[in-house]
Amino acid sequence: MATRKITFREAINEAMRLEMRRDPTVILFGEDVAGGATLPHMEGENKEAWGGVLAVTQGLAPEFGRNRVLDTPISESAFIGAAVGAASTGLRPIAELMFVDFLGVCFDQIFNQGAKLRYMFGGKAQVPMVIRSMIGAGLRAAAQHSGCLYSIFAHIPGLKTVVPSTPYDAKGLLSSAIRDNDPVMFFEHKLLYDMEGEVPEDNYTIPLGVADVKREGDNTTIVTLGRMVHLSLEAAEKLAGDGIDVEVVDLRSISPIDEDAILKSVKKTHSLVVVDEDNPRCSLATDVVALVASEAFDYLDAPCKMITAPHTPVPFSPALEDVYIPSVDTIVSTVKSLRE
Amino acid sequence: MSLTSEKMIDVYETMVKIRMFEDKVAELFAEGKVPGFVHLYAGEEAIAAGVCIHLTERDYITSTHRGHGHCIAKGVNINSMMAEVYGKANGACKGKGGSMHIADVEKGMLGANGIVGAGGPLACGPGLMAKTLGTDQVTVCFFGDGAAEQGTMHEAMNLACCWTLPLVFVCENNGYAESTPCSYHCAAKNISDRAVAYDMPGVTVDGTDLFAIYETAEEAIDRARRGEGPSLIECRGFRYYGHFEGDAILYMTEEEKEHNRARDPIDNFKKRGLERRLLSEAQIAEVDTRVAAIIKEAVEFAEESAWPDSEEVFTDVYVNYP
Repeated sequence: MATRKITFREAINEAMRLEMRRDPTVILFGEDVAGGATLPHMEGENKEAWGGVLAVTQGLAPEFGRNRVLDTPISESAFIGAAVGAASTGLRPIAELMFVDFLGVCFDQIFNQGAKLRYMFGGKAQVPMVIRSMIGAGLRAAAQHSGCLYSIFAHIPGLKTVVPSTPYDAKGLLSSAIRDNDPVMFFEHKLLYDMEGEVPEDNYTIPLGVADVKREGDNTTIVTLGRMVHLSLEAAEKLAGDGIDVEVVDLRSISPIDEDAILKSVKKTHSLVVVDEDNPRCSLATDVVALVASEAFDYLDAPCKMITAPHTPVPFSPALEDVYIPSVDTIVSTVKSLRE
Repeated sequence: MSLTSEKMIDVYETMVKIRMFEDKVAELFAEGKVPGFVHLYAGEEAIAAGVCIHLTERDYITSTHRGHGHCIAKGVNINSMMAEVYGKANGACKGKGGSMHIADVEKGMLGANGIVGAGGPLACGPGLMAKTLGTDQVTVCFFGDGAAEQGTMHEAMNLACCWTLPLVFVCENNGYAESTPCSYHCAAKNISDRAVAYDMPGVTVDGTDLFAIYETAEEAIDRARRGEGPSLIECRGFRYYGHFEGDAILYMTEEEKEHNRARDPIDNFKKRGLERRLLSEAQIAEVDTRVAAIIKEAVEFAEESAWPDSEEVFTDVYVNYP
């Protein structure tokens, strides 16, 4: 398969484009996903308009038309509910819900409707839909546009929750999510959109619930996901200079979660650090530590450590937000502390 | 099109099925045979029957916590409904949903719903499906006067109109949101007046008058099927039972209850059907006898059905979860 370098943003766009070409029941809607594209006065350079606030869906409306790429009113409950209803009656909707923080306004449609419908109906329905949403701090976007919050969705039975870290993974995981017959929350870290990586031109899928070892090592296991994968890899390089060889396990999906991959790595390295940009209470980080404590306690040479955002909203000021986000230095010092 | 003799029997049978089903469930609940919460539809039969007679199996409805009537009118199997209310393995949802979540997607019934106002957004889904795939399917969203005050209903009506979806919003205004009267919780004179805000037709009809509902619903459903977009119908009626079983209905006066009994939708329908010679006493008696047997059989079916296997707790959460 021919590959070339494209951005995380382009990889996501390409997954949607290829899945929409492949399956006429795949449709996309959300606030500004067409963003003026295809309007009669939009010509030349303006033809593609917004394509979402960060241009992830650019070019899809011109290709597929406004019947399959629909702007919505700022009515998250209505269009997320419409996605649930459409999914249970024959479409495969992708609903783009700008920022994860906004999911608060339509949570009922996600966790009481989309997530529970199949179970409540005794398995006689399915809800093949994807909700795509941006996560993550670092854009100085303040408390209502910067959260991660994915742990909340992983907590809910009936939902799947995916957090990709690279362009390659983003494309393959999104293709899987669109083809999946359950509702999938697909979270895109906004600081990753411009990251480039090798991505095959053709369509491919990466199964949900399979972690990827992004760096092999023997000393300590770092379990992480999303943007934190890259900070962890950077930390791993620094630690390698000090003779500490860490393994970086990228979860990619947190529900389902690849427990085997976590345990296999910890049994090899005998220590665990979880690096998670989400808030710490009842979170992915605590979940992974609980798993290792229950299933691999005898293999541990040191206490499990969690590096997470603090238990606070995301602050605005650059001086504060930089403190909020887990840092490479913290990862390095934490891993080193396990050896003291 | 006016009600043909054949359709007269159909709607009458639907109404009687709903009434007998609900009266029976009330009785079973009082006997302690039915677990959980039940919200009964008796008194509102003309609405579900008068609307759903215009729908085919391929059309969809979304429902409310008071959903038994919608299920029956949309053709959900009565035995499977009763078994579901009991929580049995043979239930419409294998006993996993219960009264508040009875559904049959194959019959176009997208579920009773425990969340007030949740059906509006959901109804936009099959509407969008029909529009995207170019089918002529129509979706009816039943909601109560209480749900009318949820933001979700505003969002859904606006979205449905923005997208010109083939929808009909049917507000079943039974006068009370739980115990709170509509005159208190609704700032508008008529819930149907809100249609103006979305530039769609809105009309209030007598929710006990099957003939009026039949005609109004027919116009709205035909309009939706023609691709001309949504309508809002407010049906003003009442419910005989409380918000849920166990509610002593202290918020209604005896006069009000008496007034309601005098406008019973089934009695009125029979009276006018007989007057217009669209129904005969013999036909009425035949339906009553037949439906009584159907309900009796449904109870036997439910009681004889097995409880779900304990393993069922763990299934049907996902289609596939590695």
